[in-house]
Amino acid sequence: MDLNYISGILTLAGINLMAVLGLSLLTGFTGMFSFGHAGFMAIGGYTSAMMTVKFGLPFIPALLIGGLAASLVSSVIGRLTLKLKGDYFCIATLGFGEAIRLIFDNVQYFGGARGWPGIPHYTNIFNVIILNIIAIVILANLVRSKHGRNMIAVREEELASQIVGINVFKHKLISLMISAAYAGVAGGLMAHYMTFLAPKMFSLVKSTELTIIVIFGGLGSISGSVLGALVLTSLPEILRAFADWRLVIYGLSVVIIMITRPSGLMGGYEFTPSSMKKLITRIKNRNKDLPNQMEGGKTV
Amino acid sequence: MLKKSLALLLICLMILTLALSGCSKPATEQQGGGETTAEEDVIKVGWMGSLTGDQAVWGQCELNTVKMLFEEINAKGGVLGGKKLEVIGYDTKGDPQEAVNVAKRLTGQDKVVAIIGPNASGSAIPIAPVLEEAKVPDIATVATNPKVTVQDGKVKPFNFRVCFIDPYQGAVAAGYGYDVLGFRKAAILYDVADDYSQGLTEFFEQYFVAKGGTIVAKEAFKFGDVDFRPQLSKIKEANPDVLFLPIFFKEAALIANQARELGITVPLMGGDGLPSEQLFTMAKDAVQGTYIVNHVDYDDPDVQDLKNRYRNKYGKELELNGYLAHDAVVLLIDAIERAGVADPVKITEALETADVQGVTGRIKIGKDTHNPEGKEAAIVKIEGDKYVFQQKYSAQLD
Repeated sequence: MDLNYISGILTLAGINLMAVLGLSLLTGFTGMFSFGHAGFMAIGGYTSAMMTVKFGLPFIPALLIGGLAASLVSSVIGRLTLKLKGDYFCIATLGFGEAIRLIFDNVQYFGGARGWPGIPHYTNIFNVIILNIIAIVILANLVRSKHGRNMIAVREEELASQIVGINVFKHKLISLMISAAYAGVAGGLMAHYMTFLAPKMFSLVKSTELTIIVIFGGLGSISGSVLGALVLTSLPEILRAFADWRLVIYGLSVVIIMITRPSGLMGGYEFTPSSMKKLITRIKNRNKDLPNQMEGGKTV
Repeated sequence: MLKKSLALLLICLMILTLALSGCSKPATEQQGGGETTAEEDVIKVGWMGSLTGDQAVWGQCELNTVKMLFEEINAKGGVLGGKKLEVIGYDTKGDPQEAVNVAKRLTGQDKVVAIIGPNASGSAIPIAPVLEEAKVPDIATVATNPKVTVQDGKVKPFNFRVCFIDPYQGAVAAGYGYDVLGFRKAAILYDVADDYSQGLTEFFEQYFVAKGGTIVAKEAFKFGDVDFRPQLSKIKEANPDVLFLPIFFKEAALIANQARELGITVPLMGGDGLPSEQLFTMAKDAVQGTYIVNHVDYDDPDVQDLKNRYRNKYGKELELNGYLAHDAVVLLIDAIERAGVADPVKITEALETADVQGVTGRIKIGKDTHNPEGKEAAIVKIEGDKYVFQQKYSAQLD
């Protein structure tokens, strides 16, 4: 295997992971499904590319501005749509994602549907890994904080959490805004990796792909998202050997895994030092009757 | 427990495929009648394009053409005094991200000397940095966006193409429509979400207006639409001399049918997205008399020969992309022979000074543009179920 090729796939997996981490907070921890995250990626991508190309800003500030822009747009969208419940919110995000794509299709400042070539090549495997580690640390701390616990409460039982005094709307909005910021940064990374942006890259298929990764990895599990992004981004490339049957096999393997593991690869568990310790003890004490030791490893 | 072990089994299987495909050679087409050839006697050439997705018809045709030509060349004794050619083709789904992955795989892992394709400009533009890093040349087939080879006035060192570009195509359509056919009022119906369509619309409008014509109606639709009656009604009211369709054949066929239903009788005109055998099965009566700016003159004997060879081998009609894939192969073989060695950088140098005769015309690569300079467009008109050649037409760009 060629190193350049592998690092290319890993970079792409890392970019996807950044968006997936954000979506994981929204879908996995707050319990809201979104099919419009590619729209936030598009906003972040175009904004950060505008910062580096038109205003000559360095890479990292441009990324952050991209994330901020996506977050701001999401706060507007959130205020309008977050009162909607379940499926209705889902449909609203779906419409939002498509609308954003069509807007970029027609903004000639950004090259319209013909795309925007010539964006500097800043993204590489190293800064993707570093940014992802930072993102994971922030997210892991967030879900363990008061706000994170409130979000989980909203996911588990919205009405009950309202009764105990949690501001449901506010926490949903925070969750959406942080989630959009992650997606925006991911979009910025994507723009500076591809050196080319076209609205086609942020279609509904992309949004669905992100949601599939979150569910595939396991709702409410950060390590699941990491694993899911790595597996599902590299799988189509690994399957190139099957030529014409590639996408069929890709689809089949996802379906089979979802059937056999309905709660996703990690199913709510996390890879942390303490959960690993518990797992090892469990394997050691296999013969003894200790049915639910893994439960202790659940850190969420 | 059963479920758990099944899941474990699956994960193991997946890891196994990962490990296996990492070591094994990718599915390639070994040419040359099954005899085993030593590693250094094989020249690997990459191909990329859409084998799945909405442009799969063209991608599959391109790959088949390249395979057929390589087989023929190998049967005649190969290139560089006996070396065999081998094509490694990968699917991009027409997706820019996949295209970047494929380019990395072809240049890094498969170590090809050159890449043919992709057909879509949206995939041809983002692979440029990969090519520059790996120093491997790419010959795009039907990528007509000017930015595929030139960016901000600078030529991309490893990107070439064998087709003319969108401004040229727009200028030819406008010039031929205004000067030769005498159209003064044009209506445009274009796809708002498509890069090719937006580009061609822009340049057609620019040149048609510059000549003194007027655009009386400019209506848009979105990819996936099937009903165009609202837009067509407006176009009918504007009463144009010609309806310009800078789109692909599927929508064009639907639009043609609906336009005739609504009583729009003016001729249609389109670019290189229109010609397809599919057009006749979908809207044979409605597209009669349509003028198309095309890459090929179908009556040319060389073209007929290629068409027959393809039909005999695959039992299908050769699509437009096949002709350009053929010319890309011709261009590449010429460059390899002149370079005298199967080295990507030497081939790139040879490509820069290439001047060959292909089925779509003379291909003389311009050093500053990496485009085929002064290539004439062929104007064809649909009569019956044939594309009848009208004339070669070249336009002045300024």
